[in-house]
Amino acid sequence: MAAAAMTGREETAPVADRLSLSHVSKSFYGSEVLHDVTVGFRPGEIHALVGENGAGKSTVGKIAGGFYDATKGEILYEGRPVGAWNPVRALEAGVTVMHQELQVVSALTVAQNVFLGIENMRLGLLRNDEADRIAEIQSICGFDLDPNARAGSLSIADQQKIEIMRALARNAQVIVLDEPTSSLTYDEIERLHATMKRLRGDGRTLIYVTHFLDHVLEVSDRVTVLREGSLIRTSDASGETKASLIGAMLGGGEQEIVYPELPPAPAAEVAPLLDVRGLKTATGVVSADLTIRPGEIVGLLGLVGSGRSEIARAIFGADQALSGEVRLNGRDYADRSPEASVRRGIAFVPEDRRGQGLVLSSPTRANITMASLPAFLKGGVIRRRKELENVRSRIAEFSITPSDIDGDIRNYSGGNQQKVLLAKWVTIEPSLVILDEPSRGVDIGARRRIHDFVVEQAARGEGVLLISSELEEVLGLAHRAYLVHEGRTLREVVPAETSMEEVLRTLFQVDAQADGPSAASS
Amino acid sequence: MSTSRPSYTAFAQRYAIAIALVLMVIVLSLMSDAFLTWRNITNILNQNTPLAIMAAAMTFVIIGGGFDLSVGAIFGVAGVCCATVALAVSPAVGILIAPLVGLILGIGNGVVVTRLNVHSFLATLATGLVFQGLAILISDGNLIPVRNDTFTWLGRAQYFGVNVAVVVLFGFAAILTIVLTQTGLGRRIHAVGGNQQAAELSGIRVDRVRIATFAISGLAAGLASAITVSRISMGQPSAGAGMELQAIAAVILGGTSIYGGEGAVWRSVAGVMLLALINNGFNILNADPFFKDLATGVVILVAVGLSVAGKRQ
Repeated sequence: MAAAAMTGREETAPVADRLSLSHVSKSFYGSEVLHDVTVGFRPGEIHALVGENGAGKSTVGKIAGGFYDATKGEILYEGRPVGAWNPVRALEAGVTVMHQELQVVSALTVAQNVFLGIENMRLGLLRNDEADRIAEIQSICGFDLDPNARAGSLSIADQQKIEIMRALARNAQVIVLDEPTSSLTYDEIERLHATMKRLRGDGRTLIYVTHFLDHVLEVSDRVTVLREGSLIRTSDASGETKASLIGAMLGGGEQEIVYPELPPAPAAEVAPLLDVRGLKTATGVVSADLTIRPGEIVGLLGLVGSGRSEIARAIFGADQALSGEVRLNGRDYADRSPEASVRRGIAFVPEDRRGQGLVLSSPTRANITMASLPAFLKGGVIRRRKELENVRSRIAEFSITPSDIDGDIRNYSGGNQQKVLLAKWVTIEPSLVILDEPSRGVDIGARRRIHDFVVEQAARGEGVLLISSELEEVLGLAHRAYLVHEGRTLREVVPAETSMEEVLRTLFQVDAQADGPSAASS
Repeated sequence: MSTSRPSYTAFAQRYAIAIALVLMVIVLSLMSDAFLTWRNITNILNQNTPLAIMAAAMTFVIIGGGFDLSVGAIFGVAGVCCATVALAVSPAVGILIAPLVGLILGIGNGVVVTRLNVHSFLATLATGLVFQGLAILISDGNLIPVRNDTFTWLGRAQYFGVNVAVVVLFGFAAILTIVLTQTGLGRRIHAVGGNQQAAELSGIRVDRVRIATFAISGLAAGLASAITVSRISMGQPSAGAGMELQAIAAVILGGTSIYGGEGAVWRSVAGVMLLALINNGFNILNADPFFKDLATGVVILVAVGLSVAGKRQ
């Protein structure tokens, strides 16, 4: 807590900025995504950058780290213009970026990763003293990783620790963390925050790019809000609330996340659309039982690594099951494959949007009709007019921007990419929709559209299986939910009759009973 | 309404080959009066027809996320089969058997690549060696001369100053272009090459699509071989050696992404023509062949550089 005292809460004596952006603008392909942003990052502070997707917060982080060139404006380090700024120069100056996609070499050990490129040499040969050197860095961070463990065998949270140590091994004074928590569990996030506070106490500057406003309020000293590429304000985190931040991000007054009203739950005697019994896979599902009725939204509540995504993948046929029974509309569905599932009207929005959902090299149009292509073919040839009509109406239905039918989705925001995926699956006219983390990494506007989508599908009589790391989202949208732990579906809860605290407590108690408080780390 | 804003790099990847080709024609026309004549141009086209057909089909494989290093060997097998059958049965059947042999070997490639689940680079390197052995086995290692006027029709005949082979090339490239841009198969090839996992999770039968790309590549090698054998009246087991690399070079020169998912047939054909013009230019200049290889290498390097450029923003 000494750290908080050090940073000071009063604005009377301004601290000199360590790294600052002065009137920085950035354009991609002629369109300006960042307009005249001026922001300073001080020594010994955690400075959060928040905003909707496409607001420019990641862009600011990447310009600071030298990964993007500023189109206009200046970058100053310790008050002096830096001139040509790129990742190498930035690193030399003491600025490093921890990317969303971790840059860890999985075949090397923890210690080798930390000192990659800065190994001690003697006569051109490696001295192999990394394991000794790492101890000091671990003690600064409060980490306790085995220096000789192979990086690839560690959890994402532990791999992040490698990246943090790597930054420290290079004596980084400014660390940009770009959405570091998106694949961490509750416990892991807590621990990351503790590390961040420690580094702040050490006088370092942490730039925290994140979607999670609770996290921002919990650890940050100052917050910079961006909206549509413009800086709205930089203020003390202590003077902000979740509602005030959302208000600033959206440009209106204070707003709360409101879930749409659910259609009535189907009666218990309605025959199930999907019935899963004793599902077991090699990917970590031990025993899953669940049912979904037509028009019902069913959630899976579990931590990352609990097997919830693997249950979804096995139902869809993306992973082979070892045993267990899946019945669809009362009929046995044993020969599952993605191809067969799509034909039977099962839609699957995977967790990894860019890696497994979209074909980024293909235009919007091709992505939207990708799963329903046979419906647009005549003698193997694509019926152009029919396809265009469908694509245009889907773009309008989901208000995808840019609305260009041949748009390059590589440049779309996360929210619009996700809408393209939803449009793709609506086009197959599904009877069952599986959504794995549908609103991860999307802005608030798109999130609302996704929530509406979930409710729309149920109202149409489709079954929905919803997986989300955000418990609130599952509780706000599902008729029923299953608690998932270590590959098993444990018990059912009805969110409408269960308080948030109760579910949370149950979920984490389950964890504590099973394997102690450190269940979250691998 | 569809106004996309393509980047400069994307534009360069798409049209650099056309610009380079036009520049090359202008330079060569200025350098020599003999260059821009109907005769010289049709000659260059005609000579490069087999390679252009193979490069056009190689585009499918590369867009689909693979490489086919066995087309040179398929060219050899199809050639000796073509000549043998032409002698034993009839010239027409001989001509028709070559693309069929190519198709079968191509499907074999596709099955090996998808079943073994190894990178197509390695799989076709191995199958290429097998096919090469096969060609020698069939021909007993000998050249197979076919002295028959009907047989040479495909390779040598001309109507109104246009070679039949050139017409075949344009017809083949046009069909491939339609398949790639207007059909479900073309869409799926783009999807599989762009993101195999996403394609699979969209219900696309990835293996079938990949087999199809290798089948088309094999078929094209057989067709190219029929033209060559017909032209020189000779089946040669090792005639296609090295053509696979030239075809891949031409595809990349045309700006088709080496990572898969993006590309166009006409640009690969243009890539073959650019390589041919460089060759022709050095012949006109009567320069040391060393400079020809050097220049070709540099041009390919520039093309590869362009295809990975623009990552940094």
